[in-house]
Amino acid sequence: MPSLPQGLAARAARGAGRLSQKLGRGGGTTIPGLLLSRLRPEATAEMARSVSGGVILISGTNGKTTTARLVRAALDTNGARVVANTAGSNLERGVATALLDADGAEIALFEVDEAALPGLMAQTEPRVVTLMNLFRDQLDRYGELEHLVDRWRGAVAELDPAATVIYNADDPAVAEIAARHPNTVSYGIEDPRVGRDRLPHAADTTECRHCGASLHYEMVTIAHLGRWSCSECGLARSQPDVQATRVELHGLDGQRLSIATPRGPIELSLRLPGMHNSYNALAATATSIALDLAPEAFGPALAKREAAFGRAERTQIGNVRVTTLLAKNPAGANENIRTMLLEDHPLHLLVLLNDRTADGQDVSWIWDVDYELLLDSGRLASLTVGGDRGYDMALRFRYAGFDPQRLSVVPSVSAGLNTALGASETDGHLYVLPTYTALLEFQAVLAERGLVPAFWEDE
Amino acid sequence: MSIGDSQVRLCHLYPDHLNIYADRGNIAVLARRLEWRGLTLEITEAGLGDPIADDCHFYYLGGGQDRDQMLVAEDLAHKADPLRHAAEDGAVVLGVCGGYQLLGHGYTAADGQRMHGIGLLDLETTAGSSRLIGDVVLDVTLNGQSRTVVGYENHAGRTYLGGGCTPLGHLRRGHGNNGDDGCEGAVAGRRVGTYLHGPLLPKNPWLADTLLGWALDHAECPVELEPLDDDLERSAHAVAATRAGRKR
Ligand SMILES: [Zn+2]
Repeated sequence: MPSLPQGLAARAARGAGRLSQKLGRGGGTTIPGLLLSRLRPEATAEMARSVSGGVILISGTNGKTTTARLVRAALDTNGARVVANTAGSNLERGVATALLDADGAEIALFEVDEAALPGLMAQTEPRVVTLMNLFRDQLDRYGELEHLVDRWRGAVAELDPAATVIYNADDPAVAEIAARHPNTVSYGIEDPRVGRDRLPHAADTTECRHCGASLHYEMVTIAHLGRWSCSECGLARSQPDVQATRVELHGLDGQRLSIATPRGPIELSLRLPGMHNSYNALAATATSIALDLAPEAFGPALAKREAAFGRAERTQIGNVRVTTLLAKNPAGANENIRTMLLEDHPLHLLVLLNDRTADGQDVSWIWDVDYELLLDSGRLASLTVGGDRGYDMALRFRYAGFDPQRLSVVPSVSAGLNTALGASETDGHLYVLPTYTALLEFQAVLAERGLVPAFWEDE
Repeated sequence: MSIGDSQVRLCHLYPDHLNIYADRGNIAVLARRLEWRGLTLEITEAGLGDPIADDCHFYYLGGGQDRDQMLVAEDLAHKADPLRHAAEDGAVVLGVCGGYQLLGHGYTAADGQRMHGIGLLDLETTAGSSRLIGDVVLDVTLNGQSRTVVGYENHAGRTYLGGGCTPLGHLRRGHGNNGDDGCEGAVAGRRVGTYLHGPLLPKNPWLADTLLGWALDHAECPVELEPLDDDLERSAHAVAATRAGRKR
């Protein structure tokens, strides 16, 4: 098919999106972009170029949604008109759909799937790219982590030298890629009190990217993130430009961060729990500084942000406070577990495991999660497992040493919630740990019961 | 019989480099299923450069990323002699995915580069142009018993068996060794290789117990493995077999 003129292609694509929503089929956040890229393949690049203040891309295995929300809050403080894919797909089609509504936007902010990043970097010629982390995730969809690292390296090499790369200095794979770029702002955690002394068993990047020798860690924060160096060739983490000098975690209530930046120190109180969110806040801070935003203004804005959909989101059901913690890969699930263990009440859990395309069809990853920490704590008071592959999760806990007699397997999300609520009623706290599509199902169940507003989310 | 007599010794090879598909799940299943019967699995880990003993009853090799598998291949050549001695003595050797390929003669990459295996299984692997990915269901016969085995595969290699081994199973669903001949995995005596992970053993307790039975026999530990309450395992197995039949 020959490429249609921009105006005509855009009108056709918008029309298709409206029609789909009218027909009640959802898809409003991807269909127009998908159609547009068929009608006029160069449209994404053209639309991106028309955004006067440039394009910001935020990518990584974990934390991109929350970080994009934080950057959005920071941008809103200076009144810029922002176009973003906040409710939509983070693939190319989602970005294209968002850009269709970019009329008059001064700046574009997109969270981008890690595999889609290289393509979108080439098309949108971003002003700022924020590279957060690369963890093992969905091997059936993304392939080996090494291949993703190679593709990111190629994309950074092709990037306009004037663009700014924000990167996580604590992730050796990401740091090695990004540090080659001439214009960077790095971030990392310096506070030794939150460090762990050894790598978890399923850490991904433990060899020097340069010489292949084993990396030495002075401090480990999350998975393979930390203060790393190579004893063979001398490649080492450099002192980050934006660094958390003090991290004070307050369980699920949030945290306080003292951050040193080139623009002076910032004190941040966040409503977001866990060290993974410390990294998200650092990424957002570094990105905001690269955008010339003033810390006095964006600091308070970050503090007000609640967790993104399903990321430590809280809902009251009767007398039970339900906290939802999305868990889609070992690194994320391990941080959820550590965050829950900071709470001082008995832990009642509803773990929901699906194996659909957006979750990854291979459920092997649950064996790399340290659920043993929950058992070792002696505070796992009740356990309900469900979802399409609930029995796989049941086996995971059985072989961790949990008594199967104390375990309820309830594949249906709605019935599983009832079982878990019943078990947690006396203690008043329930934690729901869903994979991505299980989270959408869970959200739909809550919406049916009138507990949360209905929500469209694609993929 | 004292505890000392009841020990099965397992050598987990390269746990830091070959662990991509949650191989520790397989080890956990072997350990627990012995423990629940009052027996003990003694696990030693052997990484790059570590020596291995030839008197273990069970040797396990998991799967790794291409880069890690190459590092391991070079090192494994130095461990080939004790492994071969142990296997000839009757020890169980289980290789999954990358570990399976390394138990064969070798792996030829797309650019012609060759990674040598240790030839404990008579098979050859060459790189394919696409990855074979998805749920798998097999018919497997071992020790005169037939069962289905379920798992997940994700591999670029195409493996072809020589005359010295037989397939582990015949495919009901999935791609198997090479996507062509309807076969999956390989068996020669107590040497077993397969592309199946998920991991392999939690949803296939019969296979786990068959391998443990061989290891106990090699350990000269005359124990009948009494049946366990495997309701959850059977349900997980059934769900996986059903999921393998669907279109996604
Ligand atoms: Zn080095």
